[in-house]
Amino acid sequence: MSDAVRLPEGRGAGGTPRGRDSANAVETAGLTKQFGHFTAVNDVDFYIPRGEIFGLLGPNGAGKTTTIRMLCGLLKPTSGRASVLGYDVARDPEEIKRRIGYMSQKFALYNDLTAVENIRFYAEVYGVPRAQRARRVGELLAMAGLEGHATTLTRSLSGAWRQRLALACAIVHEPPMLFLDEATAGVDPVARREFWDLIYSMAAGGTSVLATTHYMDEAEYCNTIGMMYDGELIAVASPDTLKEKLPGMLLLITCPEPAVVEHLLDGHPDVIDAAVHGVQVHVTVRRDADPGAIERAILDAGTAVDAIEETLPSLEDVFITMVAQRRRASSSEAGGPDLTRAATGD
Amino acid sequence: MERLWTVMKKELLHIWRDPRTLALIVALPVMLLALLGYGIAGESRNTPMAVADFSKSDASRRYIEAYTASADFAVVYDVLSEAEILDLIDQDLVDVGLLIPDDFGRKVDTGEPTTVQLFVNGSIDPTDAQTVQLKLNSIAQGATQTILVERLQRSPVTQSLDWPIDALVKTLYNPDGNAKLYMIPGLIPILLQIQLLLLSALSVVREREQGTMEQLIVTPIKTWELTLGKMIPYLFVGIVNLFALLWLSDLLFDVQVAGSYWELVGLSIVFIIGALGMGMLISNLAQSQMQAIYLAVFVILVPAIILSGLMLPRDNMPAVTYWYSELLPVTQYLEICRGLIVRGVSATTLWYSSTLPLIIQSVIYFVGSILVFRKRV
Repeated sequence: MSDAVRLPEGRGAGGTPRGRDSANAVETAGLTKQFGHFTAVNDVDFYIPRGEIFGLLGPNGAGKTTTIRMLCGLLKPTSGRASVLGYDVARDPEEIKRRIGYMSQKFALYNDLTAVENIRFYAEVYGVPRAQRARRVGELLAMAGLEGHATTLTRSLSGAWRQRLALACAIVHEPPMLFLDEATAGVDPVARREFWDLIYSMAAGGTSVLATTHYMDEAEYCNTIGMMYDGELIAVASPDTLKEKLPGMLLLITCPEPAVVEHLLDGHPDVIDAAVHGVQVHVTVRRDADPGAIERAILDAGTAVDAIEETLPSLEDVFITMVAQRRRASSSEAGGPDLTRAATGD
Repeated sequence: MERLWTVMKKELLHIWRDPRTLALIVALPVMLLALLGYGIAGESRNTPMAVADFSKSDASRRYIEAYTASADFAVVYDVLSEAEILDLIDQDLVDVGLLIPDDFGRKVDTGEPTTVQLFVNGSIDPTDAQTVQLKLNSIAQGATQTILVERLQRSPVTQSLDWPIDALVKTLYNPDGNAKLYMIPGLIPILLQIQLLLLSALSVVREREQGTMEQLIVTPIKTWELTLGKMIPYLFVGIVNLFALLWLSDLLFDVQVAGSYWELVGLSIVFIIGALGMGMLISNLAQSQMQAIYLAVFVILVPAIILSGLMLPRDNMPAVTYWYSELLPVTQYLEICRGLIVRGVSATTLWYSSTLPLIIQSVIYFVGSILVFRKRV
């Protein structure tokens, strides 16, 4: 499985992992954060090449936000190292702050200021040169689609607008590195899509992005995904690679009597799992299973099948399987490295 | 440096965009001063009075007239004994009693010193009682002077210049009342303290609650730019408040600054800076606006009201209480206000007792708030 994961030599040209001109926007090694006896982030290693979108995925409490906060200089790591744009997070947090954009799910805007006042405030705080300020503010208003609402009080803006305004404030100084902490929480799917289009175009322009999310569908936008669970990074790979790692494939069976079919297939030797989803049954089968044989088994039992569709499992399926593997491995101590501990930094 | 101005502009916008809060900030202390000031300095006219005139002489009648002529007092009962006066006060039918001894007329005529006894019901609002006492004292003095002058005119021969009538004022139930001259210079520090402490503490914690503090912390902004930028606009608010309070004290209560006005303003600014610093320190400890308010109220404001010397003398306080109050700049500032406004002394007279401690404490709280302020979530 090691081909699935990024190996240390992927780190890039110069071979100088921690120089200011490091090819990687972010590098961590053994990054750990403890709050009292609770380990929020445990020995996390990963890196993000410049210009890539890296998605940190996991349920609430997995340690995603704590990781991002350490990288932004909001929290000091308990142990381990991390560097952002070549600066050490523990030694040079202020150098990092100058060069990064940060946007959290709170959309930290001043509600009693207008849209343009918010952008201007952050432009001045980030020290955007006076000569460029007006141009930059105009650009960002256009990007956020807020031209008609520049002088609207932020509190009267809708969620999607506020989200794009928060992004505009975070990137007002054109940072080479952008951190998005659940930046799409509480926004409708269309707005989320448009938001990710913006992120994409920024990445195409050379901005590196680290985004956390618990929307599995959003992970599809990322070049690389790190899956976090219980403070540990349990897998790092591209979305497609991760999906291929699943031991089985997914059959979507549309049928008039899904409950009967589910019951029927539960005991089938090729079937790993079957679950009813509306008029469909999602059946995870062994990779070498023959869909035709499954269909025949259903028809033989005397119930109908409208359609059988073979599909790649979703990242959600991958994640659930990963966590199950992880649990088995830690309970038997014989799990082997597998996908875990994949992106060892050093 | 430019960032300092950026933060100030933003804070001013916050204040400006919230006219209701702005109105509260400006109007509440002023209204409170008016309310409390009137409560304390309320002019009582025609205070009911009982008189036991054992002398029944020309002199005693003229002496009584001195009280009734002012319209401050109205004699509603003529009685025959001290016990009756005390009864009437007990029944709350009169607030003041005057007892003139039977030898009063004779002694005034012969120039011998004599004594009258006044009773004041101290269980009425203590500040009323204080006002009544002051009036009684001044009327008694006035009446006595008149009699003295008349006597000197009548017999140009050098006589003993003994104070002819000694009015003994006995306040029943609450001998230690307060006067407006005592209270109003004390209210100004307390009102400024409450106002500025809460304003500066909440302005930081509010940002923490709405997540903008986290956002600011990931910017390259410097701690001093952030804290100063937040404090300076509130310094202006404090100065506006100060002038409003001083103006109102003069307008409504006829309380003027007997000492140097600008010396008082200068030291007030020192106090305001210290109070804002304390607010910033609180904002470091508090995670929510609720916590900030609790800390402000219970650690600083309630002790400030009770221990600063506003209402109770500090001399008899137990050591711990005394030193706690000593550490509150409001205690020093209150002494300065009373000294400059009432007694007309200069700040240098109070240098070691109040002025220097105020300056030192304000500097410590202010500088400390910038040093301690952490860029944390």
